[in-house]
Formats: sequence, C-alpha cells, structure tokens
Amino acid sequence: MDIPQIKKAPKVYDVAIIGSGAGGGMAAYQLSKAGANVVLLEAGGYYDPADPKYITQLKWPYESPRRGAGTTRAFGDFDAAYGGWEIEGEPYSAVKGTEFHWFRSRMLGGRTNHWGRISLRFGPDDFKRKSMTGIGEDWPLGYDDFAPYYDKVDKLIGVFGSKEGLKNEPDGIFLPPPKPRLHELMLKKAGKNIGIPVIPSRLSILTKTINNERGACFYCAQCGRGCQAYADFSSSSVLCIPAVKTGKVTLINNAMAREVLTDAKTGLSTGVSYVDTVSMTEQTVQAKVVVLAASTCETARLLLNSKSARFPNGLANSSGVVGKYLNDSTGASRGAFIPALMDRKRYNEDGVGGMHVFTPWWLDNSKLDFPRGYHIEYGGGMGMPMYGFGMGIEGLNGKVAGRDGKMKPAGGYGAGLKDDYRRFYGAYIGMAGRGEPVPLESNYCEIDPNTVDKYGIPTLRFNYKWSDAEVKQAKHMQDTFEEIIHALGGMPMGNKPGPENNYGLEAPGKIIHEVGTARMGSDPKNSVLNKYSQAHDVKNLFVVDAAAFPSQGDKNVTWTILANSWRVSDYIIDQVKQKNI
Amino acid sequence: MKRRDSLKTITLSSLGLAGLNPQIAAAETLTPPDVKPVKIPGGRQKFEAERDAKLMAEKFFTPQELQTLTVLSDIIIPADSRSGSASQAGVPAFIEFMVKDQPRLQTPFRGGLRWLDNQMVKRYGKKFAECLKAQQIEMVELIAYPEKATPEVSQGVSFFNLMRGFTATGFFTSQMGIKDIGYMGNTPNQWEGPPADVLKQYGLTGNE
Repeated sequence: MDIPQIKKAPKVYDVAIIGSGAGGGMAAYQLSKAGANVVLLEAGGYYDPADPKYITQLKWPYESPRRGAGTTRAFGDFDAAYGGWEIEGEPYSAVKGTEFHWFRSRMLGGRTNHWGRISLRFGPDDFKRKSMTGIGEDWPLGYDDFAPYYDKVDKLIGVFGSKEGLKNEPDGIFLPPPKPRLHELMLKKAGKNIGIPVIPSRLSILTKTINNERGACFYCAQCGRGCQAYADFSSSSVLCIPAVKTGKVTLINNAMAREVLTDAKTGLSTGVSYVDTVSMTEQTVQAKVVVLAASTCETARLLLNSKSARFPNGLANSSGVVGKYLNDSTGASRGAFIPALMDRKRYNEDGVGGMHVFTPWWLDNSKLDFPRGYHIEYGGGMGMPMYGFGMGIEGLNGKVAGRDGKMKPAGGYGAGLKDDYRRFYGAYIGMAGRGEPVPLESNYCEIDPNTVDKYGIPTLRFNYKWSDAEVKQAKHMQDTFEEIIHALGGMPMGNKPGPENNYGLEAPGKIIHEVGTARMGSDPKNSVLNKYSQAHDVKNLFVVDAAAFPSQGDKNVTWTILANSWRVSDYIIDQVKQKNI
Repeated sequence: MKRRDSLKTITLSSLGLAGLNPQIAAAETLTPPDVKPVKIPGGRQKFEAERDAKLMAEKFFTPQELQTLTVLSDIIIPADSRSGSASQAGVPAFIEFMVKDQPRLQTPFRGGLRWLDNQMVKRYGKKFAECLKAQQIEMVELIAYPEKATPEVSQGVSFFNLMRGFTATGFFTSQMGIKDIGYMGNTPNQWEGPPADVLKQYGLTGNE
C-alpha cells in the first residue's frame, strides 16, 4: 500500500460535528434546520432501523445460530448496537490496580442504539451537589436553564410518564405510560407496604403518535433492537436521518476522527482530520465551527490528541482538566424468584422495551452514610426465551415444592425437570440500582504513551477507582433489594453480595453512563468549557456530549445530553448571527 | 473462487472502476483472492455473517461425541405429551455451534464427555452411548443431583450442570420449545395490562 497522502477538501462547512449519537444528532438536526451547512462525521457505518438490511426486530431466537448470545455483540445478536467494550484494533488500557471498561458503538446513532430509553430530567438539586454536600462540583447552570429545553425535547422526541410532583424528579410533557405488568403491580403493592415509591417509568417510547414521520409503539418489548416504526428514540431514526433530509447535512460515515485542526496564529479550530476507515486514507474537512460529540471518553481523547505548538497539552486544555473527573453511574443488581408467580397463565406480556415502573431516589442523603442517591430499575415477566434460558436451574428447583407439594433434590433430569422449566417461566424478577457517583479529579483518562490503535491514533489509558461513597451506596442498594424481595414474598437468588466484592458494585464503565472529561464551569482554571459548552480557550469549539457534564445525578444522562445540545445549538446560531464566532 | 470469477474481479479493478482513487486501488490488492462472498442476512454485520458461515462449515465434535450428546440431551429433556425431545428440537447441533462460537466451552464439553465415557468403561466395559439405557440412567442418577452427589463424581456433576443448561437453552429457544413454554409475544399488539382473570387470581385491581 502507498503511503497515504493527505488530501484537502476545498469546501468550508459552517459546522463540523464529530459523532452522531444523542449530542451530535441533536446538533446536526438543530443547526441544519437553522440553515447551517453541516458536515457530520461518524466513525462507523450507516444504520437505519427501518431498512431490512439492519432489522433484527421481531426475529426469533432460532434465527440466530447462537440463540442471541453476545459473542460478537455485547448485548447479543439481536441488539441494535454494534461494537461493545472490546473492538478489534481499537485497544485501551488502565493503570495497574484501576479499571475502566469503555463501551463504543461505531455506527450512525452511536450508543443511542443501546440504551433503555430511560429519559429522566435532572432535578434542581442535581445541578448543585457541591453547595448541598460540600463535595463534587456545581454546574454553572441550574434547572431553570434546562427546563425549557427539556420541554422542547419532550415535544420533539416524545417520552411517556406520569405527573408525580416530586421535588427532584421534575415532571415533563408526558405521553400516557403503559399499564404495569403483573410483577410490576406486585412491586407497587410491596413498595407501598415498605415505603418505597414505585411509579410509572419515563421512557422515550411513543405510546401515541406525535408526527407523521414516526409510528406508535406496537409493544414488542424490543427497543434494544431498534424500531422499524421509529416508535422509540434513537439518534439515527429521530435526528440524523431527518437532518440529512434537510439537504444541509453532509453525513460522512466511516470517518474516524484523528484531530481537531487549529490555526497556529488565531488559535481557532479550522476543521477535523480523520481516517476514512474503508479506504484507510487520511482526509480532512474544514469548518468555521467544530462541535465535539464523539462520546465522553472519545471527545477527551480527541482534545488530548489535538496537540500543537500553541496547545502543547492538547486542545482546550490550558486548565489541565481534560480527561479528569471521569465518572460512570454506579450499578448493582439482584434477582429473585417469586413462588406466587409459578404456574402462571400465559398471555402476551411483552409491553414496551423495558420496565413500566421504576423507583426514583426516595431518601435523604444527609441522614445516610453516603452522599448521593440512586434509582431502581425492574425486570421480569414472560419474555422471549433467549440464550441463557434455563441455565442454573439446579440452584433453584431444590428449594421449591413440586406439584405434589413435596420437595425434591436440586438439579435432576427428565420429565420432572422439563416440567420445572414450565412452572418457573415468568416467575423471576430482577432489580438494578443506578446511582450517582462523586466525580473525582483522581479518576481520569489520558493518552497512553505507548499505544496506538489500528489507525495510528494514540489510545486512552484509564485510571479509575470507586471511592467509599459508591461502595456504601451499593451496600444500601443490596439491603433495599432484599427488603423489596421479602415484601414480595420472594426468594433472593444467589448469595447476597458483601464487602468481599464491593456489594456487587459493577466495575467503572459497565453501566455506560460516563460523563465529565471536559466539564463546564465558570472558572477557566478548573473547567474546560463555559456554561455554553464552549471551550474557554477556543471560542469556535463546542462539546455537546456528556463530557461537558460536571456531574450526572442518579438520572440516565441522555435526556440532558439532548437538552444541552439543543441549548448549545441555539447559542451557536445566536453567536454566528452576532458575528462573535 | 472459480477462475472465471477471479478474471471478472481483475477486469473490474484494471478497468479502473475502483481504481479511480490510487489509495483505494492499492488497498484492494490486499484483499485475499480466494474469499468467497457470503450472503449477509438482514441484521448482521458483514464480519458476523462471514464468521458464522466459517463456523458452520467447521466440525468440532466427532460423530461418536455427537451421539453421546444426543442421548444425554434426550435424557435431560425427553419427549412428552406436549412436545418432542431435546434432539428433536436440534439441541446437539446448537451445542456443536456454540463450542465453535465460544471456544472456551470446548474443553468442558469434550473433556466432560471423555470423563463420562471413562467412567462407563470402568463400570460397564463400554462407552456411554453403547451402554444399555438402564446403565446410562444409573450413571446420570449419580451426577444429576449436585447436593446428593458424592465427591468422587464432582467433575461429572459440573459437566452435567453444563449439559443441562445448554440443553434447556437449546430446547426452549427452538420453535418447538417456545411453543412448549407458551411464550405468546414477538408480534404487534396493544398492551392493556394483565387480563382481568389474572388480576383477580392475584387479588389485584390494576390500580395498585
């Protein structure tokens, strides 16, 4: 192969956006609707959940030779998200004694192809945790700054839920929530008895149509596979494809960004250099404004790799804060068997993709030994049997009386065993806590001095350890799970996680909610961006993914990424009009 | 690749269709010449389709091993009045695919089968599949109940747990097994909450 030659495209776009997930998709949508010429760079290929080429929705497990196992996709053959925590040719590392698992989805829509559609607003307290607790960081913004944009996102994209009037769980403009499933009604009843709220979940799934471009949910429970009716939110179907239809967006797929380019004299960004991953050639695009939306860690990597004489520590990094304060949600879970649900009547219980009810944070941290809250997500029901179905039954069938009322030894084989699988179907529930961590300067990603990926781009090295705050929170989750299980009359599965394994606290990165590596702030000495997500050091450089977030609440951050990206897009339009950038 | 096809490929490149960009043309020569084009089913990435096709074409288990897997899986899930047996639902073929797909499973399965045959030869002078049904069941009784089994057969218990799990997954994810378990979804519908008789059965109103 010849040495790749660097070619310069002559066209200068108004805006170059790197990444087509929630943040990049929203920016492309808003900026193109406002008339800007946008080039949208996506590291992976094209994807449209309505194109049979990509559809996995409504397929049966036996249409996969591995019955949906996750051998080549982290969440199984039918999951819409390509990629995972490990991608061939794209390594990363961690400093000894620390760990971080980095999930990447190289495709149109990015990681919005894998998420639970959980669409929670941050509450007023979530923006000022430092003021409230003395640790962590405040945002340079408050709920009032975000509220109008949350409203707009609710209307544009759609979210179901219920008005609850809770202080730190602001209500939105909701579509009707789906009715609870049987085990969810039992959870609501049990919750009432022990003082734990269980309310309708808030998911971006259309229980009613909201426009002519998208259909309504038809209750197959498979949002994770992408929806051919566009009845759930993913950035590809709801933002990127409509943005491209404006004719103002040039979408370049298979464009793996290498660096943000800058002018040595002005210090302004001038475009992006990238690798065309199909032809393995070096390319550049030029633009008047550069918007980073490559995902929290990839955005930090790009800034740190965009070194020049003027920016020796990487772009927009005079504070040295780029890469720091990396924080992922905490996660811990437990399963239970509910004897009352054995021998259930069969009916179609699919519902929407995900839980119909959840538990928002309900306690006061000032009265607890850990500083941040968590919410609880629930699973269960008579779902489609997939890879893993029936495995491990020997851990359960010795603990439950048979049809004749007699106990029998665990394990077994033959007709009796076959009947056990039928009896136990749909009698399990799962609970998962998702909590807010305390962002720490000591948790960070940096450029690995020794390693490059297959494109020759220096890779990330992580340094991440949970603190006592997260471990204690996980302990509280486990105690709560058992309380709920007992209130349900259920049997907890497996051993209760304890101090030996951090109470089941998942490793950093496993929950895929990481934020914080280029945080906003009022002080350029300890933040990367101002409150408009605009780099303190480079006025025509913006970040619209969750790298900009000083903290994440116990709320899945997608809805806030969308609201922030819209808010920042409005600011960019305004600044261009005022000729400030 | 047939000679005629490879000629076609050369012609395309040399006529310059892909050769407009010299970098792309150079990269193209890196493609191995004998890769057969694989039909990519909907919902699969190209590398996944190629990998699946390659795995399908390979064989891991010997016919004798497959025979033992077949007998064992049918002991675990036999036919009854509601549905057929594990092997009728394709469980041995599913396990054959899985050990190629996830090679870490190969030693537990192959080694487990050998452990079993070795035990059978010691006890009955013949390998598992060649023994009488009563002898096979006698052996299974020793390893099918983890809490009752003796320490001498603990490796057999582990193997049988593995085998039981894969038999259950293989069976209940098949067309036959899904019908048996009574899963009624995966089809467009309107969700209106649990049926009234179900609510009544559990003493619920639906407005908890």
